[in-house]
Amino acid sequence: MSRVLVMMSGGVDSSVAAALLRDAGHEVVGVTLKLWGGDSDSGCCSIRDVDDARRVADRLGIDHHTFNFTDDFTRHVVEPYAAAHAAGDTPNPCIECNRHLKFQSVWERARRLGFDAVATGHHARIVEVDGRHRLARGADRAKDQSYVLHMLDQDQLAATLLPIGAMQKAEVRALAARLDLRTATKADSQDVCFITRRAGRGAFLGERIPLTPATVVDRTGAPVGRVDAVELVTYGQRKGLGLAGGTDPRYVVDIDRRAATATVTVGDRRDLLVDGETVGAPTWSDPGLARLAERRARVIVQTSAHGEPAPATLGRAGDEAGDGDGSGGAAVTITWDEPRRRVAPGQSVAFYDGDLVLGGGTVVRAGRPADPA
Amino acid sequence: MPESYLDHAATTRLRPVALAALTEALTERWGNPSGAHGPARHARRALDDARDLVAAAVGAEPGEVVFTSGGTEADNLAVRGVHAAVGGTVAAGATEHHAVLEPVAALDGATVAVDPLGRLDLDALDATLREAAAAGRPVRLLSVMAANNETGARNDLHAVADRLAAAASSAEPGPSTGGGAAAAGRVVLHTDAVAAAAWLDLRHAAAPADLVTLSGHKVGGPKGIGALVVRRGTPLRPLLLGGGQEQERRSGTPDVAGAVAFAAALDEAVREREATVARVEALRGRLVAGLAAIDGVEVLSPADPSARTAGTVLAGVRGVDREALVFLLDRAGIAASWGSSCASGASEPSHVLAAMGVEPELARGALRLSLGWCSTEADVAHLLDVLPGAVADLRGGAAP
Repeated sequence: MSRVLVMMSGGVDSSVAAALLRDAGHEVVGVTLKLWGGDSDSGCCSIRDVDDARRVADRLGIDHHTFNFTDDFTRHVVEPYAAAHAAGDTPNPCIECNRHLKFQSVWERARRLGFDAVATGHHARIVEVDGRHRLARGADRAKDQSYVLHMLDQDQLAATLLPIGAMQKAEVRALAARLDLRTATKADSQDVCFITRRAGRGAFLGERIPLTPATVVDRTGAPVGRVDAVELVTYGQRKGLGLAGGTDPRYVVDIDRRAATATVTVGDRRDLLVDGETVGAPTWSDPGLARLAERRARVIVQTSAHGEPAPATLGRAGDEAGDGDGSGGAAVTITWDEPRRRVAPGQSVAFYDGDLVLGGGTVVRAGRPADPA
Repeated sequence: MPESYLDHAATTRLRPVALAALTEALTERWGNPSGAHGPARHARRALDDARDLVAAAVGAEPGEVVFTSGGTEADNLAVRGVHAAVGGTVAAGATEHHAVLEPVAALDGATVAVDPLGRLDLDALDATLREAAAAGRPVRLLSVMAANNETGARNDLHAVADRLAAAASSAEPGPSTGGGAAAAGRVVLHTDAVAAAAWLDLRHAAAPADLVTLSGHKVGGPKGIGALVVRRGTPLRPLLLGGGQEQERRSGTPDVAGAVAFAAALDEAVREREATVARVEALRGRLVAGLAAIDGVEVLSPADPSARTAGTVLAGVRGVDREALVFLLDRAGIAASWGSSCASGASEPSHVLAAMGVEPELARGALRLSLGWCSTEADVAHLLDVLPGAVADLRGGAAP
């Protein structure tokens, strides 16, 4: 038995995680994080979700607390999110929240409070391979969340429990129903918790960064549409570009965000294809895995939360790529086996060996255009 | 594990006399006091007796006591009720309870700065009065708490009232009308005495106030009952319209049992006040001495007994997060607080400490230890036994 602090979002997954930990004989305390003080539809921060988490804890007979991490969240998630958009990147705030809040700030506090481990309701598993901890895909492939946890290192993996990672989502809901937990049929949360559906991303960013209108042009340079904010445009985007219909689908293939000449270029699907990407500030599940880049290891790469994994070869990036913000290792490259749609800078990618996470990082610049040959 | 309760400023235990009054009223005084028959008169009598006791505690006339659902409703009635009656600017000290600050903000009112001990800055008050008058919206209501709920810091309402009178006479030279608050231009003075009622003689401390807010559960009564004392001649419109109960100031069938229990608790608190204060001051002395012995702990409440209530000690603990500290104390069976919370139970940055200019590191480690009528030496000893180790654990080792 150990002392476990389980992060309860008010959703069904973390509710069942708490129940399983209790039934395994751990001394369990539930905590809901208050991360965002502004408007929110649901996310992690609303009173209703805190109420749900607390009532589930009551039902399970475990103590429940609420921790305020709004300052850390603003500093490590919200401000970088706005800054990334201002720089033309497409950030992934949920991953930064996992990196800086759930598995860093919260874990540090938990340790000081005498807990042996933290737990969440993520659909991923922590397994042992040759005496080392490794993150593996969740048993329910459709719900797998290993991608958003790719940054966990050995210390974090050793101190984290993911009790529902071996279950199917349907089993989680069935168990919640059997335990008569009020969250059994609650819908999954989907969206970024600090952006409301009503105000949207544009209004949120408009209060924080200057937004630049841009002309949308085709590959010949002819104007075909208009956007209010080039900072909100991402590679591969099809909608919201003010394009007339009646043509084949057109995608954003290039973005020039200099204020005087802000331009978004659209092209067809082939124009989006790249041979590979450069990934900055990579983190590795185990320090020794950093050598995989030098060895040009064959890996599976996933570039979004529910994106289709694809085979690629790792490599070391040239010096010019730098190492991002210096928090991770030297930048690496991925070269796809077959050209793939480019990944927007700022997006996270995760490297896998089969079901096992190796590490991951953030795409730092435009991919290398695919050789037309 | 011994349970030690050191959060009497949040709420205190129901006094046995209040419990007895509550159950007697619920079972025997169940009539509607507005009726014209025996059960109604029976309830009416209990409500009137309760009103007499509350009036006596504050030095008011029974007809000036308006029972409400608690301190928040009383504060809202004071601020919004006066504004509805006379308009102008409503103003409040920067460290007031949210139940005052939120209605003031909703009415586009003004806040007045406080000094480092949390007392209203009277020069800042002058400036606010002048600015509001110059803008054509003179201050018509000023809300100044008798004692602060986070620090226990007291305001001298006599000094505040003197300053208001001086400002009025310098602004409008001429004979004093002496016609009470209803006289044109006079500033209505409201005091939230919720945190003071268990500790101060309100007959004196709240005497200058036209409106006085009280809460039942802070003096050993039940939650859900409070009162606003509305001195005769004070301009006030009701918030709740209906049957015209409570002198047409607060419609709705009165909570007879709540009022009776509140009055019984307040009456006992007033009668035992001097003995309680003496006993709690001794406990507080031990508590503060113990806190001073811990490295990096600073008491932020005033030291001078005349500048604070006896019960509340606010400390700042360096290098520690208040949520983590309260968590560890809870695990050790000690109920303490960091000040104020939002509805989710998460801590909120303290507007009180910010207004006092407390440095952020101390505010981040804020710990409110509040004693009450039933506090014991064992409570204080338990806290002082656990706190040094908890602070050391939280400071230990890795980066914050």
